[in-house]
Amino acid sequence: MKRYRPPRLRLEALAVWRRNALVWRRLMAASLLLHFGEPLLYLLGIGYGLGRFVGEIDGMAYFTFLASGFIAWSAMNVASMESMWSVYTRMVPQQTYEAILATPAEVDDIVMGELLWCGTKSLVSGSAILAVAALLGAVHDWTALLAIPVIFLTGLCFAAPGLIVTAYARAYEYFNFYMTLFMTPMFILCGVFYPISTLPGPMQTVVQFLPLTHAVAIIRPLVVGAPVENFWLHLGALVLFGTICAWVAAILVRRRLIQ
Amino acid sequence: MSPEEKQSVVNCRQLVKRFGDLCAVNGISFNVPKGICFGILGPNGAGKTTTLRMLLGQSPRSGGALEVFGEDIDSARKRIRQRTGIVPQADNLDPDFTVAENLSMYGSYFRLDHQTVQKRIPELLSMVELLARADDRIGTLSGGMKRRLTLARALINDPDLLVLDEPTTGLDPQARHMIWSLVHKLKRDGRTILLTTHYMEEAERLCDELIIVDSGRLIAQGSPNALIAEHCESDVLEIRGLTHELDQKGLAQNFRWELSGDSAYLYSDDSHALLEYAASHNEATALHRKTGLEDVFLRLTGRGLRG
Repeated sequence: MKRYRPPRLRLEALAVWRRNALVWRRLMAASLLLHFGEPLLYLLGIGYGLGRFVGEIDGMAYFTFLASGFIAWSAMNVASMESMWSVYTRMVPQQTYEAILATPAEVDDIVMGELLWCGTKSLVSGSAILAVAALLGAVHDWTALLAIPVIFLTGLCFAAPGLIVTAYARAYEYFNFYMTLFMTPMFILCGVFYPISTLPGPMQTVVQFLPLTHAVAIIRPLVVGAPVENFWLHLGALVLFGTICAWVAAILVRRRLIQ
Repeated sequence: MSPEEKQSVVNCRQLVKRFGDLCAVNGISFNVPKGICFGILGPNGAGKTTTLRMLLGQSPRSGGALEVFGEDIDSARKRIRQRTGIVPQADNLDPDFTVAENLSMYGSYFRLDHQTVQKRIPELLSMVELLARADDRIGTLSGGMKRRLTLARALINDPDLLVLDEPTTGLDPQARHMIWSLVHKLKRDGRTILLTTHYMEEAERLCDELIIVDSGRLIAQGSPNALIAEHCESDVLEIRGLTHELDQKGLAQNFRWELSGDSAYLYSDDSHALLEYAASHNEATALHRKTGLEDVFLRLTGRGLRG
């Protein structure tokens, strides 16, 4: 059945991506200020302030530990916000998709275009934090550049469940469920602030099923210049989670837009 | 298939659309020949927009056969949309862009090449008299301007079929007349036009042929004049502001008549008889006129209010 087939990537998706990029370009200054300014404040405040008491974690300064965690968290956060609030705005109040669907572009192009765009926004924000961290001396190796594609992948990976929530959403308030039940626990539990090895045993198992854990597990060692343990496992977990969610999102968005 | 149907731009047979238990479109068949303006008329909730959405492949049909440009909508949706322009009922211009950017952005969804689009933009904007507003944001436009821009946007791909869903609803008379003259021009250019409306004056002016639908069913079909001739007497006397009961028996002998609120409508092919009646009953305002599409429409769909 067509309704259930996996989404296809076509050139029309790039038109959807380009639309968002052009809108973003207009507001770029404000957006970059947010991407640079906010992590800078967090890193300085928590990283230096708290870092003085914490000292070292896993053989690195707390500042470095936190910066690398923030990169992954920011990728998740930016992609989630975009795939929920912004996509909902384009879908419901603005009826942008209704207009697009009157052209040869299809729902799959909207889904793929939005996923790519969310990934791109994550890429920008994650890279901005990486740059800030590098300027502050927290980045120790050129392998940090390898984190950039992982940031993009992390963005894609979290944009997909965001689209699923949006496909069901009847109002902006709906997103609070997802934020509180899924995103905030990951922010707190998945190794952004402290190593997951400090969690109680059963919780350590639980967090292995949360995708942010795997994003942090790849990005942190790359930023520090340490070898990535179980790289393929973590990468596989992210890809699997993202692929399944993207497929489900395509089915649900088709159902929402084509009635 | 007759040669006439081969030349048709839209051809649908026994089109059905169900939403759960609700049957929004219930076995509608019609044929839109190339180069004409074809109207779909009906009260609110009759299934007009649902029919259009199926024609455009924006909504899967529950039953029936549907061909546009001689191809099945399911298998050739992309090719069909490439040749179709749509003015939807609700404005969905992109508020994040300017007037001109809305057109270029829309062109990109058709994957038109940049030069073609950049050449068409000033042509289209001058056609809808918005050239001076090219760099303004959508939020600064009036309702009529937005509608004109939506029409220009629907022409960015130089479509052979133009679909207008209630194109003048909510517009002032000036804007409405402008849209009408644009529709005439587009028809002269050889485009086929499919429009829905519930303004009978609009349908009489623009449509070469039309169908009337009600509750998802097709109830009449033909040219405006043929429909008037078929379903209505030639003349009508409208009596407004009735203060007392009409002599219903006396009326019934001479005329077909309808009551609506404090007005009565007396129909006859004999205009003299109507005028005589008006002269002999001067207690209320009486207006004699030729019958029009509105009389046909009300006769066929009833005077009761709709959702």
